[in-house]
Amino acid sequence: MSTSITAGMPDAGASVGRGTSPSAVRGTGSPDAEVTTARGGTGAAGARRRRAWKNPGSNAVALLVALVVAFPLYWMVLSALRPQAAIDAGDATLFTTDLTLDSFVRVLTVNDFGRFFLNSLVVALAVVVLSTICAFLASVALTRYRFRSRTTLLVIVLIAQMVPIEALTIPLFFLFRNMGASVPAIGLNQLGSLVLVHLAFSIPFAIWMLRGFVAAVPVELEEAARIDGAKSFRFVRSILFPLVFPGVVAVSVFSFISTWNDFLFAKTFIISAQENQTLPLAILTFFKDDQNDWGAIMAGSVIMTVPVLIFFVLVQRHLVSGLAGAVKG
Amino acid sequence: MTSLTTAPGAGSTSARPPRPARRSRTGTSRLEPWVYLLPAAAILVGLLGYPLYQLVVTSFYDYRQANVTGGAPLEFLGLGNYAQLFGDAKFWTVLLNTTVFAAGCVVATLALGSALAVLATRVSRWVRSVLFLAALGAWATPAMTGSAVWLFLFDPTLGLVNKTLVNVGLSGFAGHSWTAEKWPAFALVGAEVVWCSFPFVLVTVYAGILAIPSELLEAARLDGASMPRIARSIMVPMLRPIIIIVTIQSIIWDFKVFTQIYVMTNGGGIGGQNLVLNVYSYQQAFASNLYGLGSAIGVVMTLLLLGVTLVYLRLLRRSGEVL
Repeated sequence: MSTSITAGMPDAGASVGRGTSPSAVRGTGSPDAEVTTARGGTGAAGARRRRAWKNPGSNAVALLVALVVAFPLYWMVLSALRPQAAIDAGDATLFTTDLTLDSFVRVLTVNDFGRFFLNSLVVALAVVVLSTICAFLASVALTRYRFRSRTTLLVIVLIAQMVPIEALTIPLFFLFRNMGASVPAIGLNQLGSLVLVHLAFSIPFAIWMLRGFVAAVPVELEEAARIDGAKSFRFVRSILFPLVFPGVVAVSVFSFISTWNDFLFAKTFIISAQENQTLPLAILTFFKDDQNDWGAIMAGSVIMTVPVLIFFVLVQRHLVSGLAGAVKG
Repeated sequence: MTSLTTAPGAGSTSARPPRPARRSRTGTSRLEPWVYLLPAAAILVGLLGYPLYQLVVTSFYDYRQANVTGGAPLEFLGLGNYAQLFGDAKFWTVLLNTTVFAAGCVVATLALGSALAVLATRVSRWVRSVLFLAALGAWATPAMTGSAVWLFLFDPTLGLVNKTLVNVGLSGFAGHSWTAEKWPAFALVGAEVVWCSFPFVLVTVYAGILAIPSELLEAARLDGASMPRIARSIMVPMLRPIIIIVTIQSIIWDFKVFTQIYVMTNGGGIGGQNLVLNVYSYQQAFASNLYGLGSAIGVVMTLLLLGVTLVYLRLLRRSGEVL
């Protein structure tokens, strides 16, 4: 199968969605179908290529758009590497070789950015692991068993992932405030509160998305496993889970990104415990009323953006190859 | 909503042989799905269901800092918070802000994303790779860092945009603040929002276009149909389901933008001129300590989005989605 970005990305991208809803996936049909359709027919691709030669203008426009779209990211990196003196003097040249890691050093040493990075990472990874386990088990229950309230539960899941989580900030604030009185680890100012809250927001979407993957595993496999003497949970753990792993990866990315990017809850819950801040808030502290430390803001932004970028690129490959493998059997 | 349970029957039965029914005869396996559901259900009930209930309850009370600390007894207001809210011109301004801002973002995102998706089908493979790679980068950028870099680009004194404008002779832009006035500030925030959300539309619509049988387009082309004609008579009808879904998705998403507004307009703009419902609710609750009023705004927002969700469900049902 092709590994080029062009061939792979649309499928992966469509499945990666925007992190709040399953429609990115559902909108383009079942995940496995996408790979085959996108990859199908060299004739169509050939026709497109031939047409492309007739449209050098289209190529130019597309490249220009790509340049504009990518520019803010380039500017982020360039400004992070520009000496602080140059930024303060208003140096806005598009390219320079006068680069330094000073801003990164300043951010990591003076502002203890490493710690905030670690906080963000711990919270995001905890959410990824826990939400995937919960959502996987729930999606097994909702797809491979028939019971009376099944459809009702599915509708609830669908509605649950549409709830504007931002509106729940106030009750959640008081909930964690009260819980913290008895269990300090999940109270306000603690990373545990962030893990729990993002768990609740990630799970409905993860269930919705994993459902398709779990349902796609043929029932015959389950029959065979049962004949071979595998107990139900054993089947779920050792056969079903590995088979839907590509889906699990895709879901993990969602949970990771939405948790990693969270600003509202980190701002609301982590009020006084400086040491438990996460990255978005740490960056916000560089915004000053008199003079923003743009070098530090950009360096912090690069540190926060790079893991997500890597995640996106990694998963795009993994997802496509995994799905293609599953389809080919 | 109950009709949902009956509508999609055909699809699900063909996909699933009747074996599970047989299994549910034994007592243990009837419990099994509930065991699997338990962890997720516990979290969702405790951290989504219960807070939602609390949100509604709180919105009926006069709940301030003194009530939180127990210094004053709770006073039940009934719909008092709502009456205050709907009687306040500020609320209607914020609601209008939110609607106009979200509508602008949705239209721009869809137009840009769809146009680029069509463009992507007409360019060389390597150009497409470059375009998608750039879009992926914008897409992956967290709201916080995206806001930061856009703000820096448009900084009054140090920003590249003003410097460039001055360099090409528009000296009026020296020190020009893009966030000082209401609509320019909204436009700037909107530009950032569109920047990081059009890639979603781009890849989804692009995948949709690829799924259109090439024979169909080929035939139309042989019949001498022009490109706009093909777009109007073949592509738009076939892409309708996808376009509906990305539209609703964008509405839901853009209606509750928080980070970008908060960061780029410094908590809602000068004198609160850039407040949207989300930020307004947050400010009422956590800056003014009017938790009851903040909750009422939260309820209004939830109901509005619930309306959008119901439309979404109806459209899903009509397009024969299997639940």
